[in-house]
Amino acid sequence: MTPYQIWIAFMTIVVREIRRFTRIWPQTLLPPAVTMTLYFVIFGNLIGSRIGPMEGYDYMEFIVPGLIMMSVITSSYANVVSSFFSMKFQRSIEELLVSPTPNWVILTGYLAGGMARGLIVGFVVMLVSLAFTTLEFHSPVLVVSTALLTSLVFSLGGFINAMFATKFDDISIVPTFVLTPLTYLGGVFYSINLLDPLWQTLSMANPILYMVNAFRYGVLGASDVGPVWAITMLVVFAVVLFTVSLRLLNRGKGIRS
Amino acid sequence: MDYALDIRGLRKTFPGGLEALKGIDLQVEAGDFFALLGPNGAGKSTTLGVLASLVRKTAGQVRVFDADLDTDPARLKTWLGFVPQEFNFNQFEKVGDIVRTQAGYYGMAPARAALNAERYLRELGLWDKRNSPARMLSGGMKRRLLIARALVHEPRVLILDEPTAGVDIELRRSMWGFLERINREGVTIILTTHYLEEAEALCRNIAIIDGGRILQNCSKQELLQQLSMEHFIFDIRNDPGTVPQLEGYHCFRNDEGALVVEVEKEDGLNDVFRQLGEQGWEVTSMRNRSNRLEELFMSLVGRSLPESEEEESA
Repeated sequence: MTPYQIWIAFMTIVVREIRRFTRIWPQTLLPPAVTMTLYFVIFGNLIGSRIGPMEGYDYMEFIVPGLIMMSVITSSYANVVSSFFSMKFQRSIEELLVSPTPNWVILTGYLAGGMARGLIVGFVVMLVSLAFTTLEFHSPVLVVSTALLTSLVFSLGGFINAMFATKFDDISIVPTFVLTPLTYLGGVFYSINLLDPLWQTLSMANPILYMVNAFRYGVLGASDVGPVWAITMLVVFAVVLFTVSLRLLNRGKGIRS
Repeated sequence: MDYALDIRGLRKTFPGGLEALKGIDLQVEAGDFFALLGPNGAGKSTTLGVLASLVRKTAGQVRVFDADLDTDPARLKTWLGFVPQEFNFNQFEKVGDIVRTQAGYYGMAPARAALNAERYLRELGLWDKRNSPARMLSGGMKRRLLIARALVHEPRVLILDEPTAGVDIELRRSMWGFLERINREGVTIILTTHYLEEAEALCRNIAIIDGGRILQNCSKQELLQQLSMEHFIFDIRNDPGTVPQLEGYHCFRNDEGALVVEVEKEDGLNDVFRQLGEQGWEVTSMRNRSNRLEELFMSLVGRSLPESEEEESA
């Protein structure tokens, strides 16, 4: 295929993915906005007013970056895992496998679809948060790059999950038993400085901690982890997961006999 | 020779040890209308799966025109259109979107993709359904959607795995007409079918596969010439329903009760008519029994083709 044909194939996958999640927007775009509004009302307003400042910031200000990241993480992951597994399950993935579209284009197309949903949902949640607090971005470049990298990493996670999944249960196990606990323990609602040294050390093994803190640094200018270290970790995660995903696709894991 | 498809020594062993293909050699000429026949588990779908890049071969060489599956898979895929046996599209997508999207996967510009999609959806009688979700289509319409999707990128070879399975006779004949037309336009067609009538009506060349091996690969005429006997069905005025005793011929009644006379291929029919006339049987019409391929197939593989739509799971 020529570069132009590859571009068309890539855009075909991306447009199809965006068309899919916008067609079912009550399932994909609306729920995070509703859930995060409840978080803002309950944790930010009602409970937050009694908690007082966190790391020198109003509690609502403190949790907003984490909640935006939480939306980006869950939406990016959910988009790729559900879309790719559905294609596998219905065997419509064969439409792509019989075509000359290279595997790396298939992978990047799905990742772009997942990132698009994650970033749109993150933007919607950010707009909702403006009803509860004001946002003054300390570093817009860091905010954008963290959001992009986070959505990329979790789109890759969703892709790997979908490649290994053989039934619908398999695509809900990881989000329920891995992703959600790591997100809640990733410093969304608290600073790890509140924890004992042992738990602080254990928390450093949680990749979501770096994402939340890098984003928080971009918004507030303060975080538990240095932004350079956080971005470096995100890039490493992205490279490793991309390599694993492409290898699985090249091997045809679960999609070619 | 300009081969559209050239398969040499194709082998496939699945994990677990099942040897589905045991060294297939198969050549299909450009412009041919070719049938691959075989019972369940013979290796038909596995062979087509390898061509469509859905099954990884264990050994052997596959070429489509001058593109090799190992060294130039992208070009080989561009020249192939694949119609699977099962409906493998997203049931929630619109018919028009499914076809246009497929063209996009082949790198076709959106404007041309839209034109081609319209052409094939119109030709296959689906244009009015272009904005309907695929799940709303009838079984026959879904089969035609598979064909439109396979043709939208203008392949030189169209591969169809049981294209008319479960389709009523009227629709099947209209699909035959469509396939014959695109074959005349230059598209090489390779199909598997368990309707031997379909292979006999459409195909110029036929291969019979069983147990992962090709048993026969020749023209339909050559294949049919292997039959030493022909069966003729006679319609008799005031038919008494009994079986006449004709010297030198085997006569019997078929399932419908019609009189069938078995005649050596080289023999003429004059003697049959003479003997029937002498015994007072008045023949009003006569026809050749149509399922000749079925007889040949049974003699080659020792069993008939399945009535079921199901193919081998291998």
